[in-house]
Amino acid sequence: MDWFVANSVTMVNGIALGAVLFIVAIGLSLVFGTMDVLNLAHGSIALIGAYVGVAVLGGGASSALSFAAVLVAALVGLLAGVLLAVLTTSVRDHLRQAMLTLGVAMIVGDLLLMVFGGDVKTVPPPPALAGSVPFLGAPYPVYRLVLIGVGLVVGIGLWLLLEKTTIGAVVRATVNDRGMVEAIGVRTRLVLAGVFGGGAALAAVGGLIASPLMGAQPGNDNLMLVYALVIVVIGGLGSLKGAAVGALLVGEVQTVGVALLSGYASFLMFAVMAAILLIKPAGLLPSKHGHGGGH
Amino acid sequence: MSTINNEKTTVDPGTKTPAPRHAVRGGGRRRWLGLLLAVVALLVLASVPLWLSPYPVTMLSRILAFALLVVSVDLLTGYTGLPTLGQVAYFGAGAYAAGLTGIYLTTNAFVQMVVGTLVAAALALVTGIVAVRTKGFVFLMVTLAITELAHKQAEAMALTGGSNGLSGIPGISILPGGEPIALVGYLYWWVLFVFALGVALSVILVRSPMGRSMRGIRDGEERMRAIGRRTFMVKLVAFTFAGSLAGMAGTAWTAQARFVSPGDMAFALAAIALLSVVFGGAGTIWGPIVAAAIVILIRDEIGAIADGRGGMILGFVFVLAVFLLPRGIAGLSRRRAAAVGPTPIAGEGDEL
Repeated sequence: MDWFVANSVTMVNGIALGAVLFIVAIGLSLVFGTMDVLNLAHGSIALIGAYVGVAVLGGGASSALSFAAVLVAALVGLLAGVLLAVLTTSVRDHLRQAMLTLGVAMIVGDLLLMVFGGDVKTVPPPPALAGSVPFLGAPYPVYRLVLIGVGLVVGIGLWLLLEKTTIGAVVRATVNDRGMVEAIGVRTRLVLAGVFGGGAALAAVGGLIASPLMGAQPGNDNLMLVYALVIVVIGGLGSLKGAAVGALLVGEVQTVGVALLSGYASFLMFAVMAAILLIKPAGLLPSKHGHGGGH
Repeated sequence: MSTINNEKTTVDPGTKTPAPRHAVRGGGRRRWLGLLLAVVALLVLASVPLWLSPYPVTMLSRILAFALLVVSVDLLTGYTGLPTLGQVAYFGAGAYAAGLTGIYLTTNAFVQMVVGTLVAAALALVTGIVAVRTKGFVFLMVTLAITELAHKQAEAMALTGGSNGLSGIPGISILPGGEPIALVGYLYWWVLFVFALGVALSVILVRSPMGRSMRGIRDGEERMRAIGRRTFMVKLVAFTFAGSLAGMAGTAWTAQARFVSPGDMAFALAAIALLSVVFGGAGTIWGPIVAAAIVILIRDEIGAIADGRGGMILGFVFVLAVFLLPRGIAGLSRRRAAAVGPTPIAGEGDEL
């Protein structure tokens, strides 16, 4: 119990990290689930989001500017996602998808390096959320609590969208039987571009709101990509709940792990992932549509 | 090294690979042509130190070591259908084992090669028992985990020099008790010897019944099981062989660089090794070797000229290759073969 109290702040940090990682990773999972595309440029989109924060908020933050940054990041992410959807339309083979999207990631990474340089850039949280509140007898940053809230809202919102609306029904139907959906007059390419764009917009916003915690720097694209891949494979490909569970697990391992065994956090994350995959190769909560392990 | 050019002619009639059927019949002549090309390529490569200056020779040594790593990725990804990011772990294990052997035991290059290869083989066998139970994307992630865990282990251990890497490796010697070789050309010939040995072993493997079983798993594992094959054993043997080969490549890397760092077993190297296989044409031997050379040239040489923009140029090459080379570099030759061969539907599908 003492251990629990002593580490509860770290554990809440882990939930906050898990919340932003969920927002980043969910797009990767849905795009794989619906389009069968493994988008290895996903981490680059998150890094673009972080650099949108640098560009918009670098001169000094205000709440209006922070809001604007979220909108710009979402728009840029949406465009990038639609572009990637168009690029990958005719590429069905997973290895060639990997070459295409990793090639795009290398181009984007170098472009960002040219524009923003190699130094670590910090992004301030919105001034209204920059304070702290008492939590377990110590001040705790409000921003991290807000991140947890945002993660919850995005998760519940996506669940409602996918399970309770017509749009969601069309998306789910496209996953199951693309030909049939096409036959009843839905343009599935638009559906797929929408999913890709939406997922990428979330990734860009996720990268932006994660930047006050992680900063913006070259290499964060690969870091985010690896986080997202681990989350998606732990949770089960194409599964919303799986991504949430995976993100929380990775968030906890990365924060509590760092606190307890500094230097071994990445070691821990991959060890946990390998252990889970050996017991449940399709992930903890595989999607009903059964993409787990498919190639 | 003998017949690297032949893979495209040895398509199983039973596989799904959409290769022209005449290729099986026309195999004899093309096999000799492939052998001839391989011998010529080997002779040209062997003559390089006689007419090139030391710097490009060193670069070529690096390319050969990397190319052998890429061939090991291809054996799993292209031939067995298991996309892997894990081969750099065994590459690094072989490189470290060779370096440590050089520091503490002997400078003899053969001993270093054997020790490095065996260490990598043992590691691949143990991790393979776990890894080959999965497939597809999950296999890719398990092998990524192997790479990351090996990377962290190398960074954490004092024996391997931690994150500074392993330095102070003495030069290799060829004869027992002989002097360490210092000349770049001799070092290059050793790396070329290891490369040729590794490629020859790979060609023998993929042309053996074992290689046929590997392709059978790639094209339909369930079907292989249905006819009573123990696919687990085939995959484990393939995984262990590929791991040994990567370890062998690692010993060649150490022989020429005399330095090993955890960066030699990192995600970035694993990614370009996998992409080199796709770029070159998965499931052929010579395509990925050519791709490996192009990738290293762009990353290290053109990148240095173009103000450190090697990554961006490589990215553009990969993106273009997806659309212009649907079967990779090796596909160029396959298309020509289809046009030359005595096929009743000559010309059809060749117009690309």
